[in-house]
Amino acid sequence: MTDHPRVPRTLPRFSSTFDPATLAEIRRASATGIYDIRGGGAKRKLPNFDDLLFLGASISRYPLEGYRERCGTDVVLGTRFAKKPIELKIPITIAGMSFGSLSAQAKEALGRGASTMGTSTTTGDGGMTQEERGHSSILVYQYLPSRYGMNPEDLRKADAIEIVVGQGAKPGGGGMLLGQKISPRVAAMRTLPEGIDQRSACRHPDWTGPDDLEIKIEELREITNWEKPIYVKVGASRPYYDTALAVKSGADVIVIDGMQGGTAATQDVFIEHVGIPTLAAIRPAVKALEDLGLHRKVQLIVSGGIRNGADVAKALALGADAVSIGTAALVALGDNDPAWEADYQALGTTAGAYDDWHEGKDPAGITTQDPALAARLDPVAAGRRLANYLSVLTLEAQTIARACGKSHVHNLEPEDLVALTVEAAAMAGVPLAGTDWVPGGVRY
Amino acid sequence: MTPAPNLATAGLAGPEAETIDLGTDSVRDLNSRLQAVQPGANATRFHVLNPAGRHALAVGLTAPLSVEIDGHAGYYCAGMNALASVTVNGNTGIGVAENMMSGFVHVKGDAGASAGATAHGGMLLVEGNAASRCGISMKGIDIVVKGSVGAMSAFMAQAGTLIVLGDAGDALGDSIYEARLYVRGTVKSLGADCIEKPMRDEHRAEIAEKLAAAGITGVDVGAFRRYGSARGLYNFHVDNAGAY
Ligand SMILES: Cc1cc2nc3c(=O)[nH]c(=O)nc-3n(C[C@H](O)[C@H](O)[C@H](O)COP(=O)(O)O)c2cc1C
Repeated sequence: MTDHPRVPRTLPRFSSTFDPATLAEIRRASATGIYDIRGGGAKRKLPNFDDLLFLGASISRYPLEGYRERCGTDVVLGTRFAKKPIELKIPITIAGMSFGSLSAQAKEALGRGASTMGTSTTTGDGGMTQEERGHSSILVYQYLPSRYGMNPEDLRKADAIEIVVGQGAKPGGGGMLLGQKISPRVAAMRTLPEGIDQRSACRHPDWTGPDDLEIKIEELREITNWEKPIYVKVGASRPYYDTALAVKSGADVIVIDGMQGGTAATQDVFIEHVGIPTLAAIRPAVKALEDLGLHRKVQLIVSGGIRNGADVAKALALGADAVSIGTAALVALGDNDPAWEADYQALGTTAGAYDDWHEGKDPAGITTQDPALAARLDPVAAGRRLANYLSVLTLEAQTIARACGKSHVHNLEPEDLVALTVEAAAMAGVPLAGTDWVPGGVRY
Repeated sequence: MTPAPNLATAGLAGPEAETIDLGTDSVRDLNSRLQAVQPGANATRFHVLNPAGRHALAVGLTAPLSVEIDGHAGYYCAGMNALASVTVNGNTGIGVAENMMSGFVHVKGDAGASAGATAHGGMLLVEGNAASRCGISMKGIDIVVKGSVGAMSAFMAQAGTLIVLGDAGDALGDSIYEARLYVRGTVKSLGADCIEKPMRDEHRAEIAEKLAAAGITGVDVGAFRRYGSARGLYNFHVDNAGAY
């Protein structure tokens, strides 16, 4: 008997092109014949606010005393044409999320949390509910292509109107709400049969292009006595031109939503491959406002992947007047809470990764219309958590602003920032840390 | 059976109309004057002169007043109307009576694209033709068009009735939900998931009732054909992918 020397073997090695997630998706696609639909925003790694740093005060700049010296956070939206602009205490608003995609309890909790902090909430595709109007001291009413539930009474009850052209998760896409979530109440609000899959149109039914939009805005102002600020929301894809055209059409406020922005239900391929990152969208939008002499006169709200006060401060420093949050607000309410881990496991996922919001089985009772699940969310307690979270975002943004010597968060500026990566430096138009090199440039 | 009220003439009797001349007054003047009228007010009849194709005329009305516009109106005439009766002695641009909730809008001439878009209730009567996308995303309105309608009419139409005395263009009722479509003339083509359905007595009665309300007489309701949803695309199924 001879001893065979053990032949060294290569380790099993996964391809970075055909990684396990890719392989699993190919198998899923071949088994079902249909694309993957999910909620949430882009999950891939993207250049983002973490790639920026604040410089902080030094010999040439002096800071403000934390907790002692005032650092303002208020913002007024809609100063251009509206007779009744909106005054917010903090520059963080709650983004539009439809009743239908969210439970009535979740909408109420959003209203409670935002109102406690003196900021606004926003309706969504599906109309205005009593719960959210009643519990939101400042409510923005979305005007969407589907016009589900749109009516002039609610329009007059709103504090502002947001014309939705697109969302960051799916610029160029319409909405969908699958049959599982079309409860009798949701169906009635949308004038559609129960239990059918709903497609929300991707284009408005009665206007196309900036010339029409201008007339549409005039109509909405005429209906509401020129009182209400009119926002135009676009998914980030061509932010310079979209901002310029929305301004030309008469908008008071521009909302730019980057590709990390959440959605209730969209094809994964759309979420991950259409649109540009939030970080890349802000400077071009601000440049458009500056070129028109309207920066700070037409306000800019930025959304898509805002998580903490540093993100807020960075968005403002790049020129936004306010930010808007969707996903983070849902997490504050209790979305993806590990406390429901057993339920997430039963759905074949785990807390933190659950994104099948379209199925309406949310263990946390937020993205569902199932009465038993929805009852799990206590709107008062969840509203309190959201208020706490908004408070932390604000305190964090103030901390950074004071460190940079600013008496108002709006005094933050690009000059306060550097980038950690060449990509982020180019997108944000700030120098690579330790250099004076600003690659790229916003030309247009 | 009580005869249906003739909406086309209902608002025109009564006291002298107040005149608003857009040759001198602005659209803002007009709309704030009209919107200020409360239900039960004395002055409920208005005569609008020299509209000259201006946009957003008589929008957002909330009371049962009667407005007669002498000439052509631009986009979104009578948009979001509730309760009021608006007559245009001319043509209208895009989106006449868009998102109307109730009331009656009467276009004596032709209507531009997206007439009655997303409207929830009331009646829109177009004496001439309506361009493309008439009744797009309609949510309960009754639309009667004496002439023909353009392509993609009743696209994603959810509820209500569209009655066309003339012809319909391409892709009628594409992706339609529960709206009911009646066409007397030819239909160039039907859109995805829209099919012809049998006419029964209830449908003929429905047409007769709506035509009476629109003040249209002497039309043989037996001459119409009915179209509606095959409901094949109501729940997404991979085998239907080719239909989109
Ligand atoms: C559950 C859910 C529902 C949404 N529904 C709408 C909607 O009805 N209309 C809309 O304009 N945007 C909708 N959005 C997008 C948000 O308004 C916002 O753009 C986005 O959530 C911001 O990004 P973030 O989630 O990273 O904060 C929705 C987002 C989520 C998470």
